This record gives sequence, C-alpha cells and structure tokens, in this order.
Amino acid sequence: MIALSDVLILGAILFSLSVAGIFLNRKNVIILLMAIELMLLAVNMNFIAFAYFLDDIAGQIFVFFILTVAAAEAAIGLAILVVLFRNRHSIDVEDLDSLKG
Amino acid sequence: MGTEKILFYIFATVVVFGASMVITVRNPVRAALFLVLTFFASSAIWLLLEAEFLAIVLVLVYVGAVMVLFLFVVMMLDINLARLKAGFISYLPVGLGVAITMLVIMVMIVGPQNFGLEEYLAPVRHVASYDNTRELGGLLYTVYVYPFEIAAVILLVAIVAAIVLTLRRRPNTLHQKPEEQIAVKSVERVRKVKMRAEERK
Amino acid sequence: MQSIYLWIVLAPLAGSVIAGLFGWKIGRAASHWVTTLGVGIACVLSLYVFKYMVFDGGEPYNASVYTWMVSDGIRFEIGFMVDKLTAMMMAVVTFVSLMVHIYTIGYMHDDPGYQRFFSYISLFTFSMLMLVMSNNFLQLFFGWEAVGLVSYLLIGFWFKRESAIYANLKAFLVNRVGDFGFLLGIAAILMYFGSLDYATVFANTDSVRDQTMQIFNGSEWSVITVICILLFIGAMGKSAQVPLHVWLPDSMEGPTPISALIHAATMVTAGIFMVARMSPLFELSETALSFVMVIGAITAFFMGLLGLVQNDIKRVIAYSTLSQLGYMTVALGASAYAAGIFHLMTHAFFKALLFLGAGSVIIALHHEQDIRKMGNLRKYMPITWITFLIGTLALIGTPFFAGFYSKDSIIEAVGHSTIAGSSFAYVSVLLGVFITALYSFRLYFIVFHGEENIDPHAREHLHESPWVVTVPLILLAIPSVFIGYMYVDSMAFGDFFKGAIFVAPEHDVLGQLAEEFHGAFAMTLHAFGTLPFWFAASGVFVAWFLYMKRPDIPAMLKERLSMVYSILINKYGFDRFNEVFFAGGGRAIGSLFWKVGDQKLIDGVVVNGSAQTVGVVAGLMRHLQTGYLYTYAFAMILGVLVLLGIFVL
Repeated sequence: MIALSDVLILGAILFSLSVAGIFLNRKNVIILLMAIELMLLAVNMNFIAFAYFLDDIAGQIFVFFILTVAAAEAAIGLAILVVLFRNRHSIDVEDLDSLKG
Repeated sequence: MGTEKILFYIFATVVVFGASMVITVRNPVRAALFLVLTFFASSAIWLLLEAEFLAIVLVLVYVGAVMVLFLFVVMMLDINLARLKAGFISYLPVGLGVAITMLVIMVMIVGPQNFGLEEYLAPVRHVASYDNTRELGGLLYTVYVYPFEIAAVILLVAIVAAIVLTLRRRPNTLHQKPEEQIAVKSVERVRKVKMRAEERK
Repeated sequence: MQSIYLWIVLAPLAGSVIAGLFGWKIGRAASHWVTTLGVGIACVLSLYVFKYMVFDGGEPYNASVYTWMVSDGIRFEIGFMVDKLTAMMMAVVTFVSLMVHIYTIGYMHDDPGYQRFFSYISLFTFSMLMLVMSNNFLQLFFGWEAVGLVSYLLIGFWFKRESAIYANLKAFLVNRVGDFGFLLGIAAILMYFGSLDYATVFANTDSVRDQTMQIFNGSEWSVITVICILLFIGAMGKSAQVPLHVWLPDSMEGPTPISALIHAATMVTAGIFMVARMSPLFELSETALSFVMVIGAITAFFMGLLGLVQNDIKRVIAYSTLSQLGYMTVALGASAYAAGIFHLMTHAFFKALLFLGAGSVIIALHHEQDIRKMGNLRKYMPITWITFLIGTLALIGTPFFAGFYSKDSIIEAVGHSTIAGSSFAYVSVLLGVFITALYSFRLYFIVFHGEENIDPHAREHLHESPWVVTVPLILLAIPSVFIGYMYVDSMAFGDFFKGAIFVAPEHDVLGQLAEEFHGAFAMTLHAFGTLPFWFAASGVFVAWFLYMKRPDIPAMLKERLSMVYSILINKYGFDRFNEVFFAGGGRAIGSLFWKVGDQKLIDGVVVNGSAQTVGVVAGLMRHLQTGYLYTYAFAMILGVLVLLGIFVL
C-alpha cells in the first residue's frame, strides 16, 4: 500500500531538485522555466496525493486549474523568451541586468 | 510489499532520475526530453492515485503541447551552450546545500511520523465502473463553473499575449493586400485611348 | 410671538445677503432699499415687541427654535429669550440701525463700495440681534464674534488705506484677547453648571456659589468669581475698558455711520448688556463687582482726559464714548444694572446723534476731520448745529436732557454703594462729569463757534447736508431730549427690569435711591443743588473761557504742562507698550522660532535630514539590487527556507 508520506516525500524531492536546478542553471532561462514546471509538478503531486487519501476530488480540480495556468505561463514565458532573443541575441541571464540599482 | 508499492517505487525512481537529469544536462534539448520522461512517470504515479483524467491531461497537454513548444523554442534559438553552462560547477555546492537543507526540513514535516499509513489509512479502491472523468466533469461544470470560465479566459489571454508578443512587422517584405485587390475598380485598371488606325503599307 | 422674533432676526439677514451677494446685479438704489426695508421691518416689529412687553405686560418668552447638536448630554441650540431688557435692546439697536441706514444713503453716496457697506451694516444688525435675543451662551458667543467680525470688516472698509488696515487688525487682535477670557468663562460655566442655557444656569447658582477651584497650586478661588471675571474680560474687550480700550479710538478709521452704529451706540455696549444679563452670577461675587467697578472708574475718568487733547472730531467723540462706557461699567459694578442699561439706552441715542452730526460736518467739509480747520459752522449748517448742541447737552448731563437722568442715577448709585473701590469710583465719576463737560464743549465751541479756519476751497461748497442726513439727526435728537425724562421713573428706579435683572438685597443701591425719588421733575429740580450739576456747569464755563474768551490760554497751558500734555497725547503709552511689548515681543519670539525652530530644526533636521537619511540608506540598499534574476530567486528561496525553518522548529 502506498503511504501518503511516500508521495509527499517524492513531491519534496522534486521540489528540492528544481530549487537546486534554479541555482545550478542560473544563466539559462529555458532550464529555469523547466525548473519552474518541475516545481508545479511537485505541487500537483501533493494535491493529487491528498485528494486520494482524503477522498476529496476538489484537490484534483485544483490540479486542473494549476495545469491551465502553468500552460498559459509556459506559453507566455516562451514568447517573451523568443522576443528577448530576437532583440538581444542571447538568453543569458547575466545580460539581463537593466533592473540593476 | 504489494505490486502497487513496487510500481510506485519504480516510477518514483524514474521521476527523481528524470528531474536530476533535467537540471544537470548541458543541452537544453536533452533537458526537455528528460522533462518529458519525468512527466510520463508522474502521470503513471497519478494513475496509481486514481487520478486518471489528470494523468491523461498531463501527457496530452504537457508532453504533447507544452514540451513540444519548449523543443521548438530551444531548436529555434541559436544558443551559445558553452557560455550558458559556465560556472555550473562553482554553483553546485550552494545549490546542493540549499536543496538538501530544504529537503531535510520538508521531510521532517511530511515524513511517515506525520503522514504515514497510521495517520492516513489508504482509502478503499473504487470499483471498476467508477469514472474519474465523469466525477471531475460533474464538479467542474457545477460548483466550479465560474473558475472554469475564468481559466478559459486566462488561456485565451495567453494565446493573444503570445501572438502579440512574437508578432513581427516587416515593412519591407512584399505581400498581397486582398482588400485592395477586391476594392479595385475597372477605371483604375483599364485605360481607354483613342488613336488613329495605322495606314496599311 | 415666535414668528415675530424670527422675522426680526431674519429680515436684516435677508437684506444683507441680497445686497451682499447680488448687489452688483440689482444696483445701488435697490441695495439700499432692500437693506433699509429689512432693518425697517425689524425696527417696526421690535417696537411692537417693546410695546407688547412694556405696556401690555406681555409674558417673557424663552424657547429654543432649533437644536444644532446634542453632544454628551449638552444641547447646542438656537433660541430666543425676550424680556423687557431684550425688548429695550432690540428697540434701540434696530432704531439706531435704521437711522444709520437712512443716513448712509447720503453719507456714502459716492463710495464705490456702496452695496458692500449696506450688506455689512445689515449683517451687523442681524448679529447684534442674535446677541441680545439669545437664550444661551453659545448663541451669545456667536453674536459676540459675529459683531466683532462685522466691526473688523467695517473698520477696514476703506481697505486701500494702510491706517484702516492697521486699525481693523488692531481691533480684531485686541478683541481676541477679550474673547479668550470670554470663552474661558463660558467653558467654566459649562464645566460647573453642565448647561449653556441661561435659565438653567441662573437656576443653579446656589449649588455653585460656595464651590472653589484651584488655578495655581495651593490657592483656592471662588468659582463664581473666576467665571465672572473671565466673562468681564470679554466685556472689557468688546466694551473697550482699560486696558483693552486701545482699539476703539483707532476704529474711527471706518466710515462715520458705522462709528455711530457700532463703535458708539450698539456693539460696544454688548459687554454692558452681557454683564447685566449675567447679573444673577455677578451678584454672587463681590470681588468681581469691585473689579468691574474699578476698571470702569479708571476708564471713565482717564479716557475722558484724553479727549481734551485730541484734534480729530471723531476721536474726541470716541474718547467720550470710552468714558461713557466707563460710566456704564461703574454702574454695573455698583449693582445698579438698571441705571447702567438706562445710560446705555440714552447714550445710544445721543452718541449716535453726535457721531452722525460729526459725519454731517465731515462730508460738508469734504472729509476734513481736523477741528482746527473748522469753526463757526453754525452759520452754514443750522440743523446740524442745533442737533449737535442737543447731543452735547445730553452728553454732559444737563437737566431735562436724557443723559442727565441716566448719568445722575449712576453717580448717586455709586455714592450709595459700599463695596470695595466705591469711594474711588465715586470721585472718578464726579470728576468725570467736569471733564466730560470740558471736552464736549471744547469740541462744540471750536467747531460751531469761534474763528473760521475753514479751507477756502471747501467753504465755497459749504451747505447744509441733504435730508437723508438731517432727518436721522432730527429723529435721534428727539429721544436724546425726552427719553430720559420718560423712563427714569420706571427703568432706573422702578421695576422695569424685574425678572430680567437680579440684584441681591444687600447691594440694592437703586432700591435705596428709589425711596428718595419723587418723580423725574423733582429729581431735575433737586439736581441744581448737587455736585454733578455744578461740575458740569463749571466744565462748560471753563471751556467757554478757554476756547471762546481767551484762546491763547490753551496754547500757554500746553507749553507749561508739556509733560502732562505729552502723556495725554501719547494716550498714557498704552499703544507704545503694546507695540513694544506684545507686538515686538511676538515678532522676536516669531523670528526665534523661525530661525531656530523652523530653519534649523524642521527644515534642517526633519525635512532635509530625513531626505538625506533616505538618500544615504537608499545608496547602500541599491547594491542589493543587482538586476539579475537569480539574485531575486535566491532571496525568495532563502525566504521560503527561513519560513519553513520557523514552521518546523
């Protein structure tokens, strides 16, 4: 029998990995976006686990909406990325420091 | 250890492996492909957790659409990979430190002592005729109908935004203007001239 | 009756609003018609109320018309209290005001601010009526401030003259000093009586009369005494008693009609009226009565002396007003409230007459106010001359004229009073009679008799004033002669003010006098053998001798007594003292605060200092903003980590 804690720990591992990914690939925006997708996956994993163990389908509804928003976010993020590359010929985060104080 | 649990561990291992590869491989194309693997394994775990509809959606939407989008973008852009990976090793200790600390803290919270089988009994499996999609749909179109419509609008906005962002006007390219072609009048095209007939030689 | 009272109050207000806001549209004639009509309605109705109260024996009216608000159980209301005292004041105010309205049509004929002037004087009438008809302290204070405001506006009516601006500012500031005391007095009443209503306060005096309060540590003060003195400080400001009198002579910068209406006949008597209205309180404190009496006596005598050396026709009359207000105050101090109010009434008529007569002279001479440039005017202006003479005779207290009865009752009452300071006051008012006669007839002789020193250019056009000027003079001259004889019996010695004015039996000097009183005629005959009459007569004689017979003597006296003269011409140094001490001190403190408090502390430390601090901190903080996405992400993740840590540990 799968325990709730097993799934939750899997989610935690996924989340920690994606955090580490943000640190390791801090220059590549595409991998950053992928790491964010991984984070959302970790969250979704938790929702589904709780939906199953608490027998409450509302958790799955939330996952549904998160998936929607994540898809929208990925589309817009990639669009921005394309525009960015078109203007600067680079997706290196180091080149994006217009906000520097 | 039942089949279920074995399956879970297999897929969990795949998920962790895929995620690790996503964040470590040099090539973004390979990273995207490993992400696809991660999503597949996750959807298998979701199937184990009786979330059939969402598992399918994850494969269809994420793997089928979003990840393909990623691949498109990665391949479209001419990226200097060497430069992007520079400093990878030097960030490794910090990244791993933060990640492990976070993992330890989170496991302290969600570990078996709080969320084990003693605390949360595994629910009884639904009968074979149980339809997860029907359940979800019934709820989405009744209780959550307004959030559902808002989600639709968000998707629409995302579509419009993506198009507007990437739309590029090129004033110098040649193209047809159908509306002008339709609106044209005969007098603008045909000129009648009167001239004398030439003499025959 | 309530609707009549409302009409009396609102008719002048309506006139004022119409003339003030729409005067530019409806024109000059319509403006003076509408305001005069408003005041005329008020006057006719006031006379009707007077008749109803006095001759028909109507019941006093006391009711609230409108509740403004209720706060913590205290009601703030607008209400009317009409008894004989109020009825008399209403009649005097509206009658004099009506005369002044008519007179103004002639006097201000060529002034560009014609409509504004009419609006102001109607507004004044409204304010004064609100003051006298009020049945609570709040409305009293409203009227009090409103008449002060109108007075300010009218003194500075010719706002292009610097001296007028100076004078109206001075009047306003000095009145603020008095109002400060007045407001504190009202606050004390609210604190100890818990009500602002006259009737409630007067009914509860017994519970408060023995209470004491601590103002400074360790010293106990009788509450009633403190309240009365604070209220009287307000009256000192409004009624121009020493040392808050300095504004009144300067207020002569305003047009003459308002000098007559506001600064002689009505507004300055508000303080007298207020003290009389508060008689149930003042009667409980002999200390306050003594204070009132001494202040009044000082004003009556010393301000009269100043009138001797003035050369501005209006200022002479202004100092005479100060002196007469002193008489009224002395009467209040002697508990002869009725005599004080009686003098207030007679004074209103003859002083308005004198001012309007002076105004008539002034316009005839093309706004010349210096009496050294007048003389022998009786030849040119017979009506002004006769009416002015009547006013002067009434002022000095000639038997049969109005001033005689009121002033003589005051002097007799003071003579009978036994409270502390009464002997000083008696001497002051007696000598005051001589001084009054001296300066009044000095003015009269120099202006209407003696040598002609008129500017030749002005003499060409010299003629009697138009009917709108002379008719009010005549109408005012009539009561100046007869009203004293008519009312001395009932007002001063009778029970005219019974119910409106309260006098403790041990202070009842007028009651003692009434036993010796055998009718107005007997009083008049008796006067020929008394000191005041002979003082007045000798004053007239000395004036005649000095200014008609031997005009060289005053100049010689000026040389010999140059020190006394310079004290008098400097008005005892009150103005100088105020300028140096209060104004100069205020400026010094102001510049201290400006240089140290404002420039160094507020500008330097608070404003610029905080801006600099923000700048420095921001300069340090901007290094945190690297502009790199991962820095922000790192900060976020660290934050999550810390939150998680807190949650777990």
